[in-house]
Amino acid sequence: MSRINRRNFLKKGGALLAASSLPLSLVEVAFGKAAPENFTFAYLSDSHITHIKGKEFVRNWDRGLIRAVAEANLLTPRPDFIFYGGDIAQLGKPEEIDHGLELLGALHGDLHHVMGEHDYYLDLGEHWRKHIGPDHYSFDHKGVHFVVLNSILTYDDWTYNRWDSPMRRMQEMARLDNPNGSPFMVGDSQREWLRKDLDKVSKDTPVVVFSHSPLQKIYKGWNFWTEDAEQVQALLEPFDKVTVLYGHVHQIQYNQIGNISFNSAMATAWPWPYPASFTQKASYLPKLTVDMNRADPFFERDATGWQFIDLHTGDVDVHYVLPDNRNRTVAFDDSKGHPVDTEYQPESKRIPPQTHY
Amino acid sequence: MNKIDCHTCYVALAALLLALPWQTVCADQFTAADLERWQQEYMAVVDQGEKLFHGGLQSKNTVSCDQCHPNASNTHPETYPKFQQQLGKVAVLAEMINWCIENPLESEPLALDDPRMIALQAYITQERRQVPLAPGKH
Repeated sequence: MSRINRRNFLKKGGALLAASSLPLSLVEVAFGKAAPENFTFAYLSDSHITHIKGKEFVRNWDRGLIRAVAEANLLTPRPDFIFYGGDIAQLGKPEEIDHGLELLGALHGDLHHVMGEHDYYLDLGEHWRKHIGPDHYSFDHKGVHFVVLNSILTYDDWTYNRWDSPMRRMQEMARLDNPNGSPFMVGDSQREWLRKDLDKVSKDTPVVVFSHSPLQKIYKGWNFWTEDAEQVQALLEPFDKVTVLYGHVHQIQYNQIGNISFNSAMATAWPWPYPASFTQKASYLPKLTVDMNRADPFFERDATGWQFIDLHTGDVDVHYVLPDNRNRTVAFDDSKGHPVDTEYQPESKRIPPQTHY
Repeated sequence: MNKIDCHTCYVALAALLLALPWQTVCADQFTAADLERWQQEYMAVVDQGEKLFHGGLQSKNTVSCDQCHPNASNTHPETYPKFQQQLGKVAVLAEMINWCIENPLESEPLALDDPRMIALQAYITQERRQVPLAPGKH
């Protein structure tokens, strides 16, 4: 899809976008290696469907996902597929995964899933894998190599020996600020799988990696963190163009490490504060990131925004559509070699709502 | 009581006061042990607030404060009282806590002097310690 066509695409979607407050990402890939054949995909993440009792679920989180699905179904042209970035459930309960999949079932199109920690730590992913499939795999689509990783594993001792019940383990991992938590990791065996998988891929093939946690280290206290991030990055380093798309953080983040561009997705459920707003500990939000606007809690979907991510010539442009806020675009700047916000990147251009404290 | 008895009484009282000097200390005198005990009393309430904040309120829909506010971040206790633009008036932190309890948590508000409300404020403020007061800041 050329730039002009992409604009048409946006124009067609304009009415939809204007009315939208959706946390879904429409991803346009325009850099297929051989005979580029452009395509798009959408990206929804972090719905945290929460079972109360019987057939009751938390209304707020349900509504976020229902709205995202409804909007995604209006997108035109149709995305080739849809990615779900993990944490479909809050406490990994079969009721939550089933209800989330029921809501996602209304989506028109093929769905790919990433495992989140909220999907995993009750039954170690058994129900999720039974109904969704493998938690790490790769596939090729129109000249692009896609890799899905389960990045929310942790030390065996924490997983298998620490807790007196599966639900206790789930609750401990579900609490973001838990001092008894444990850092996420991809782990030895999956990294070995990734090494072998990438061996088969030529270095000029664009690679897009999906993980739930950031494959970079931002703040360990909230698991905005992957313990073996550097080792995963080293496996991706030989490729010309790599993009990592991740969920988990419920906020706008972007970064560039060597050849790897990083972009986060918004949640359909609720936004999280930036780690620096917890003043008792140091954190390392990428300097590149211009923060999203502070959330207004009185608007239920505010700061759950949606973005579509447009990958062209191997680089990433992210278009954030933010309910009750002005939209934002974070585009790869060829001259700088990293993503920049097209409007707010210079300090002088930033606006008061972007100040978090 | 006759005079002799009374005199005896005063002598006995004076002896008692000399023997037990700490009974005569003024209200603003306290020891390191007192400070430690008071801090413990305070931290016990902070700990109670930490539990309430992380699910201990047992909200009707199971949602807890920490889901949106890990480590009580983005609560800004140092900025209250302030003009809460969504309410159109100057509010205190406890009113915003109740707003959260009633809306995202879909539960009944607490009385402003409810020990749970006090504990929640203690925890929220403790996690924000050493941040300068900034009343009115949005």
